[in-house]
Amino acid sequence: MMQKGALNVEKIRADFPILNRKISGGKTLVYLDNAATTQKPLAVIDAIHDYYMNYNSNIHRAVHQLAEEATIAFEKTREKVAKFINAKSTEEIIFTRNATEAINLVAYSWGRANVKKDDKIVITEIEHHSNIVPWQILTSEKGAKLEYIGVDDNGYLKIHEYKNHLDSNKVKLVSVTHMSNVLGTIVPVNDIIKMSHERGIPVLIDGAQSVPHMTVDVQKMDCDFMAFSAHKMLGPTGVGILYVKRDILEKMPPFIGGGDMIKEVHKYETRYNDLPFKFEGGTPNIADVIGFAAAIDYLDDLGMDRVREHEIELTKYAIDRISGVKGVTLYGPRNTKDRGGVVSFNIGDIHPHDLATIMNDHGVAIRSGHHCAQVLMERLDVAATSRASFYIYNTKEEIDTLIDALEEARRLFKI
Amino acid sequence: MSDDIYREIILDHYRNPRNKGKLPEADVSIHDSNPLCGDEIDIHLKVDGDKIKDIKFEGRGCAISQASASMLTEMVQGKLLTSVKDLSKDDILENIGLMNLGPARIKCALLSLKVLKLGMVKYYADRDPASAKKLHDDSKGL
Repeated sequence: MMQKGALNVEKIRADFPILNRKISGGKTLVYLDNAATTQKPLAVIDAIHDYYMNYNSNIHRAVHQLAEEATIAFEKTREKVAKFINAKSTEEIIFTRNATEAINLVAYSWGRANVKKDDKIVITEIEHHSNIVPWQILTSEKGAKLEYIGVDDNGYLKIHEYKNHLDSNKVKLVSVTHMSNVLGTIVPVNDIIKMSHERGIPVLIDGAQSVPHMTVDVQKMDCDFMAFSAHKMLGPTGVGILYVKRDILEKMPPFIGGGDMIKEVHKYETRYNDLPFKFEGGTPNIADVIGFAAAIDYLDDLGMDRVREHEIELTKYAIDRISGVKGVTLYGPRNTKDRGGVVSFNIGDIHPHDLATIMNDHGVAIRSGHHCAQVLMERLDVAATSRASFYIYNTKEEIDTLIDALEEARRLFKI
Repeated sequence: MSDDIYREIILDHYRNPRNKGKLPEADVSIHDSNPLCGDEIDIHLKVDGDKIKDIKFEGRGCAISQASASMLTEMVQGKLLTSVKDLSKDDILENIGLMNLGPARIKCALLSLKVLKLGMVKYYADRDPASAKKLHDDSKGL
């Protein structure tokens, strides 16, 4: 049952036992590393526990009752995922280990079949390494080229650069993140997809940072591929999702060969299984896929538009307060309409790792480093940044604790 | 705990590093980085009859990694190059006065020692491969 109004954060927090943990000898945990992975509600932990306690079994093959129950629960998750992103059918939903593997699946299967010498793949300077390295591997294997769309000083992609790239008629794929994991920038993917489709170019959307935080509708967006991860949206680690439009998926060669992805295997040939199983070789991560269903239910109950509203509130407050601290440099768009709940910053000459150590003394978990986005770090001309990222259970009071820790860092470093 | 780490002496070496810069006539130069943090250290050595005649470092990264490198250069200046192999984790932590670093931050403190040991091995690899191999095998933490 979807709720209305602002999120009841107090009620939500009661569902996350880990939030009561003490850090650094007695400080209450302030978890602000949600862009890396989110915490898990009891419902998810219980669903995994229930599977192992009551119906642990391999899926799809055996006819005994445990296998039947496990198969039904596993496939139920696929239905929920399809519904969550509004895919046309469950046949378009492939389970992988993570978003990284999902993108690699596209590069390995679709990419090897479709990209040839001198072809181009267009990505951007704000990509996560998972949306850079697979394309470097593919283009170097094929003698193809990798091209980058730039980012401006305010953290916005230089959308006008697409036209020049796309008009060269050598572009085979556009791959772009929906939301930067460093700057928080929300990319106007609808425009990019439209522009690309007008030239017959398919588009992959890295939804790892967007699907957990806002309503995403793959049919409305009209993307050809989308990758995201369960663990960044209350679900367990070890579950990634690849969405592929059916007509593309039907023509893709298999990824991992082995059990479960076949119909018939003979000595020298194999008939592959139907979609989506053809792309899921070997025993999948059954328990965690089943756990993921509970995460989707949890988010569905809250409603993704309300999740987004909550994060806009927190982000506004965080930008306001952090930018008020002397010596701070903030990165990314200032307008919260154009960004998600990810705030990257630096303060004086304090290295982010030193800052994260000081934050930890206050119980505050933030991320420090290059955030798997070294191309962007080079563009920003910084070695690293500190990053606070928010989710449904975070509060303004927690941001106040972050500010206290920032002031302490200033005092220690005499800034 | 941060009060203990970010003491005056660490901040002083972070902001005013000793022996920082290039060494144009270096006999050996070596670079390494810490993939987790992105800390980077280059060490340049001028060697005179097995003794470290001059040592300079370049680098960027957190206060711990950079201060540790700065203090290490002071520690080994003029010493026998081969004596570097015996330097241990505790020698470094004692040198910088941080005995209680957590596992993640210890890597920051030890990066410069690792680079220096690699430099020692590289120096002898070009001159005396057999002893270089032994130095490598004898070196703690390589």
